[in-house]
Amino acid sequence: MNPRAQNRGAAIDLDTVSKAYGSFKALDGVSLRIEPGEFMTLLGPSGSGKTTTLNVIAGFTDVTSGKLLVGGNSVVGVPAHKRNIGVVFQHYALFPHMTVGRNVAYPLTLRGIKPDERKARVARALDMVKMGDFAHRYPSELSGGQQQRVALARAIVFDPPLLLMDEPLGALDKKLREWLQLEIKRIHRELGTTFVYVTHDQEEALVLSDRIAVFNRGRIEQVGTGRQLYDEPATLFVGRFIGDSTVLRGKARSDGTSTALTVAGETVSAPRRLNGETSPVMLLRPEKLAIRRPGQDATGTNRLSGTIAEAIYLGSGSKYEVKLADASTAIVRWPLAGESFGLGDKVELCFDGADAKLLPDDSTADTTLT
Amino acid sequence: MEMKPLTRVILGLVCLLVAIWLVAPTLVVVPMSFNENKSLAFPPQGFSWQWYQNFATNPDWSSSFLNSLKVASLVAVLATVLGTLAAFGLDRMKARPANLLRMLMLTPMVVPGVVLAIGIYAVYLDAQLVGTLTGFVLAHTILALPFVLIAVSANLEVFDRRLETAAASLGAGALTTFRTVTLPLILPGILSGLLFAFATSFDEIVVSLFITNPYLKTLPVQIFSSITRDADPTVAAVGTILLFATTLLIGGGMLLLGRERKGRL
Repeated sequence: MNPRAQNRGAAIDLDTVSKAYGSFKALDGVSLRIEPGEFMTLLGPSGSGKTTTLNVIAGFTDVTSGKLLVGGNSVVGVPAHKRNIGVVFQHYALFPHMTVGRNVAYPLTLRGIKPDERKARVARALDMVKMGDFAHRYPSELSGGQQQRVALARAIVFDPPLLLMDEPLGALDKKLREWLQLEIKRIHRELGTTFVYVTHDQEEALVLSDRIAVFNRGRIEQVGTGRQLYDEPATLFVGRFIGDSTVLRGKARSDGTSTALTVAGETVSAPRRLNGETSPVMLLRPEKLAIRRPGQDATGTNRLSGTIAEAIYLGSGSKYEVKLADASTAIVRWPLAGESFGLGDKVELCFDGADAKLLPDDSTADTTLT
Repeated sequence: MEMKPLTRVILGLVCLLVAIWLVAPTLVVVPMSFNENKSLAFPPQGFSWQWYQNFATNPDWSSSFLNSLKVASLVAVLATVLGTLAAFGLDRMKARPANLLRMLMLTPMVVPGVVLAIGIYAVYLDAQLVGTLTGFVLAHTILALPFVLIAVSANLEVFDRRLETAAASLGAGALTTFRTVTLPLILPGILSGLLFAFATSFDEIVVSLFITNPYLKTLPVQIFSSITRDADPTVAAVGTILLFATTLLIGGGMLLLGRERKGRL
């Protein structure tokens, strides 16, 4: 983390924050600590509560119950315009009747900054987002990416200790999005401000964040680094939301040291005990699975038979979708150097039981995944 | 699609006919105002400025003109303030009661003017508002309010309220947000509402005929009584002046708006 971070960024504490609209709970007891200067991403499908959380922090939405501290001070009941928090919106929200320069100067004018200093700070903020030459243009003369960079400059020009971004790249095309992701990362490093970033795009979350909070149905499922979420998902929902995964369901039997799962007549096992879950599932990452032709010597302890249903060339490797005996689909990442397979080929999938994650089956994950 | 020459000629002729039909009655007034004789005959005979002179010097005409200016200005301000506030309130209300209230406020546009006039006259007799400035301003404001409401509402409908949220996040309180973001963006609607309100009051005749008295006449009332009493070409002179004044006003407004829009694009 940036050494300046401790001085510039504000910590955020959400303590069992709830927000109800009638009987619908948009937020259901969300607790989250965001460290000063941290880049925290709120990730989840639409309607999961991530944007509501952002709006609560920004002051656009009241909380129904719970505590919210920014920089150690409670901000419950403080109106948005007194919170001194920068916000970047998906729809840019630039003032169409003002030039780029006046847009960026707006928060400084409100704070009574003298014209000389105002000019210097506007120029610095526009330079930071590489829009220094556009101060005299109107927003309608700019492309979407340029408008969003101006909006970013406007949100950081008054040095807020906290910057909130609500799917800021959602309306832009992929190439531009990837470039702006790196720009945002650079700006975060340079400023040391706490960033809270909302997205439904797990790849974007992995690229940007120090830590990610995964939202589902108004609750946080898990908070951790991208690697933690990928390698050690706490719930099936997280495992499926972050990265590709294969989920094995079947009849489970535990003998104290390992758990066996019978999937359509074939039994696989993992050297781990059940923690009282009645119906566990096994979650496997695509690179942990190996493909063999039936009868070949297999590495790993477990085998499942299946048929190649889809073969996708990815440049750096291949991705196979394999239909298993119980009609579920396994996803395998396979190096180009390995043997290649065609559609309809009968294959066996092998994996080391130690690589399988045993998770409780929250069938809700199926309905909320998009 | 490319048009055949014949089609083009026919289309042009039809357009010209419609244009003449629309404008001719108005333009007839102009030559009549320079008539030498005291008659409203068309085509006029001779040439003279005397009716313009009469308009400027005859107290009947000049005072009614000033009355109309006074009433219309007050109505424009009052109706614009009230209409803008109403438009805001309705915009931020729940849809169903808002639509009901909106219909209620728009009724002066659909209720026949005579009916409205009778009602207002009956009330004014008791309240002793007949022939008073207050009476005229109140009555005309009822008629002008819907125009402001429509103009401002149309602007609010396309106004992006998320800009207000953005302004709040940048540190602007509700009043500052209104002054610096909302007002500038709906100003075209407010200004056109103001213009409509002024025009509505300035040429209102039906209600005015009922609530006028010899001490307070507006210009349309004066025109009407003058033309029913004698064929005074001063009417034509007044008409010509009004024609040029409104052309200048609207044309200037359109030029200004056009320039602003060009600056933004």
